[in-house]
Amino acid sequence: RMLSRLAPKAAVRSAISGTNASRFASAAATGKKEKPAPMAAQESDSFCMNLFRGKAKVDQVFPYPLNLDEERKETLQMILDPTAKFLNEVNDVVKNDENAETPMAVLKQFAELGAFGALVPPEYEGAGMNNTQMARLAEIVGSHDLGLGVIMGAHQSIGYKGILLVGTEEQKKKYLPDLATGRKFAAFCLTEPSTGSDANSVRSTARKSDDGSHYILNANKIYISNGGFADVFTVFAQMPIKQADGTTKNKVTAFIVERGFGGITNGPPEKKMGIKGSNTAVVDFENVKIPKENLLGGEGEGFKVAMNILNNGRFGIPAAMTGAMKHCIKKTIDHVTTREQFGHKLEEYGNVQEKLANMIAKQYACESILYILASNMDRGIQDYQLEAAIAKVFTSECAWFTCDEAIQVHGGMGFMKETGLERVLRDLRIFRIFEGANDIMRIFVGLTGIQHAGKHLQAQASGGIGGLIGLAMGRFAGPSGAFNGVVDPALKKSADALDNCVSLFGRTVQDLLVKHKKGIINRQYEVVRVADAAIDIYGMAATLSRCTQTSKSAGSTAEYEKKVANYFCETAAARAEANLKSVAADNEAIVNTIAEISKGACSAGANPIAHPIDTL
Amino acid sequence: AEMRVLVGVKRVVDYAVKVRVKPDKTGVITEGVQHSMNPFDEIALEEAVKLKEKKAVTEVVAFSMGGPKCQEVLRTALAKGADKAIHIEIPDADASQLEPLHVARAMRKIIESDKFDAVFLGKQAIDDDANQTGSLLAGMMDWPQALYASKVEPDGKSLKVTREIDGGLDTIKVTLPAVLSADLRLNEPRYATLPNIMKAKKKPLEKKSAKDLGIDLAPQTKMVEVSEPPVRQAGGFVDDVPALIAKLKEKGFIKA
Repeated sequence: RMLSRLAPKAAVRSAISGTNASRFASAAATGKKEKPAPMAAQESDSFCMNLFRGKAKVDQVFPYPLNLDEERKETLQMILDPTAKFLNEVNDVVKNDENAETPMAVLKQFAELGAFGALVPPEYEGAGMNNTQMARLAEIVGSHDLGLGVIMGAHQSIGYKGILLVGTEEQKKKYLPDLATGRKFAAFCLTEPSTGSDANSVRSTARKSDDGSHYILNANKIYISNGGFADVFTVFAQMPIKQADGTTKNKVTAFIVERGFGGITNGPPEKKMGIKGSNTAVVDFENVKIPKENLLGGEGEGFKVAMNILNNGRFGIPAAMTGAMKHCIKKTIDHVTTREQFGHKLEEYGNVQEKLANMIAKQYACESILYILASNMDRGIQDYQLEAAIAKVFTSECAWFTCDEAIQVHGGMGFMKETGLERVLRDLRIFRIFEGANDIMRIFVGLTGIQHAGKHLQAQASGGIGGLIGLAMGRFAGPSGAFNGVVDPALKKSADALDNCVSLFGRTVQDLLVKHKKGIINRQYEVVRVADAAIDIYGMAATLSRCTQTSKSAGSTAEYEKKVANYFCETAAARAEANLKSVAADNEAIVNTIAEISKGACSAGANPIAHPIDTL
Repeated sequence: AEMRVLVGVKRVVDYAVKVRVKPDKTGVITEGVQHSMNPFDEIALEEAVKLKEKKAVTEVVAFSMGGPKCQEVLRTALAKGADKAIHIEIPDADASQLEPLHVARAMRKIIESDKFDAVFLGKQAIDDDANQTGSLLAGMMDWPQALYASKVEPDGKSLKVTREIDGGLDTIKVTLPAVLSADLRLNEPRYATLPNIMKAKKKPLEKKSAKDLGIDLAPQTKMVEVSEPPVRQAGGFVDDVPALIAKLKEKGFIKA
C-alpha cells in the first residue's frame, strides 16, 4: 500500500516522457492525494527498466541491433554524399549565424535532397528512410550546422511528426507531400509563457463551435522554432471534455492548424545565444477557426500525442550531438598534432592526451547509444522512452563537454570566431534545455525506473515493511554473469564491472524505496544521482555491445576500438559507483543544509551574506 | 537522330581525404576511407546530361570498371541523370592492378557491341593522374579526340570543342564518333536530388565481368614503391655571400 501512492493516475506505460515526471513532482509538491492506482507490475524488455530492478535484461542491447540492409545502406549513401556537398558548398553556417537567418533559397535546395521528409513514405513524396538512416543524416547536419539541424528537427521530428504518427489517412494525404518536400514548413506549438516542462498546464483554449463543424482556438505560444515562416502548426490547447461521470474537465487537445485559417500572427525572431540561423518566434492564435477534420488524435488526447511526438523524435538530438562531437574532435586532433609549446607538440602531454581520450570515449559511447535507440525503434520496440531520455541527456552533455574541451585545447584561438568552435558551443547550449529539459529528463528516468522497481517489489512483498526487508536479504547475491556470453572476451573486465554496477544499482534503488517509500518523489538529491548512475551504466552496456559486434569486422582498428570501449567503461563505472555511494549514504543532513541555503537566499530576495570587507 | 553517349566514371578516394601510405609501401590506404566519383568524371557526366536536356543527346550510359563498390558511383551517376549503367566487375584483389589500358579495352568491347556516338570521360583520375584512358581508347577505335574540353557545342554530326591548353584556348571540330575528356571549367555538376535518387533505384544497372568481355588484364606496369613525399628539410641562414658560395660548393650545387 505504501508504494501504490507512487503511481499517478496517468499510466506511465503509454509512450510518454518528460513532463510526466513533473506531474509526480507537482503532485507531491501540492500534497495532492492521488487515488491508489492498480498494483499491476508490468514486465518490460527495456534494459533500463530492468536495471532499476537490478536485473541485466540484455535482449534489447545484445547483440548490437544496428543492421541496415544493403538497399537502405545504398540509398543512405546516395543521400549523404549530396548532403555533405551541399553543407560544404551551398550552406554557409558562418553567414547563417552572423545574419541570424538561413536563407529560404538554401532551405529550398536542401529540401530537394529530401532532407525535410526523411521519414515520410515515398507515396507522400518523402524519402522513405527509417530512423537509423535519418540518424546518420542528422549526424552530418549536426557536424556542420546545428541551426539548420534545428530547422530540420523542428519541422519533421516534431513539427509534423504528429500527422505521421496519429494522423488520419486524409490528413496524411493533404499535408505530408507539401511538408516532406519543403514546399511548406511545420512547427510544434506547445510552450507558453507559463508552460515549459509542465505540458499539462497550457492555458491556450479550444472549444467546439455550436454546430460542431469547427473548433475555435485561442493560443499564445512562445519560443516556437520555425514559428516565423511555418504554414502548418501542431498546436496544443485545453478543451472542455465531457467525462464518463458527466462532469466536464479541461483536457489538452492537439490540432493541425494552417496559417491560412486566419487569425495567426507571429512576433519578430528572438535574439538568441546560439542556433541563430534557426527562427524562433512567438506565435499567436486569435479566434482561429479550425475545421473539425483537423483534430489530431482524439479530443482530450493531446497530452499523450505531445509526449508521443517528443518521445518519437527525441533520437534526432543524440544524432546531431554525435555529429557535432565528431567535428570538435577532428579539430582538436588537427590542433594538438601541429601546435607546439615548450618544445613539444601538445599531443605529447599527458593532460592533453587525457582530454582527447575523454572526448573520443564519450563520442564512442554516444554513437553506440544512438544507434541502439534508432535500430530498436526501427525493429518495432515500443518501450524505449527511458533509453531515449537517457540518450538525450547524455549526448547533449557530452557534446557540451567535448566542445568546451576542444576550445580549451585550442587556447586563445578557441575563443576566436574564426576557429569555428565558439559558434558550436553557443549552438550546443540549447540542447540541454529544449525538447525535454535535462533536469526533467533525469527526474523522469529516475522516478519512472524507481516506480517500476517499486511495483515489482510490492508485488513480491508479503505485506508491510517486514516482508520487504526479508526480501532484501535474499536479493542481489552478486553479479549475474548475464554479460559473459554476449560480450567479447577481450572486454571481460569491463563486462564484469558492468555486471557489478547493475547489482549495486538494483540494491541501492531497493534500499531507497524501503527507506523513503512514496516520499522518494521528493528526494531529488538521490533521484538525480540514481539517474546519473543509470545513464553511465547504460552507456557501458551500449559501448560493450557495439564494440563486441564491430570487433568482428573492424579489421585493423579493432584493437584501438577495444581500448576506447574499455576506457569508457572504466571511467563510467567509477562515476556510477560514486553516485550510488552518495545515494546510499545518510543524506538527511546535507539535503537539509542545501534546502536551508536555498531558502535563506530566496526568502531574503538576495544572497544574505555580507561582503567580508563590510563585516571585518 | 539517335546520339548515345558513354560516360566513364571512376570510384576514387575522395579529394578531401588526407591520403596516407600503407605501411608496406605498396600503395595508399583505401580501407575505411571516404570514396566518391572522380570530380572530372562528374563534370563529364554533367555535360552529357546537359546535352540530353538540350535534346542533342538521346541516351547517356554510365560505365565503370572495378571492384563491387563501383556500384555506388554508378548509382550516383544514375541519380544525376544517366539512363543506364554498366559495371565491368573485377575482383577487389585485382582492382589495384587495373590500368587505363585495360579500361580502354573494356570500353572498346562495349562500344563494339552497343553502338555509341561519343565517349565522355574526365581528363584524368585524381588517384593515379594517368590521363591516358581517353587517348588510348581513341587510338584503339581510330576516333578523333577532343581532350581538356572547357566548352562543348553540338554541330550537326560533329562537336565543336574549346580546349584549355598551356598556351590558351584551342577550338577544334571533331566528327562523331569521338572521345571527349572534361576539364575543370567545363561545367558545375548538379546535386542529386531526392526524386532523382528514387528514380535511379529503378534504372537498369548491368553487370559484366572482364572475362565475359574477353579482355586481357595482364598488367603492363609494376608498382615498385609508394612513399610519402620527403619531409621538407629545415633551411639555414648564412651571414654573407662568401659563406653562401662556400655552402653551395659544400652541398655540391656549384662545382668546387
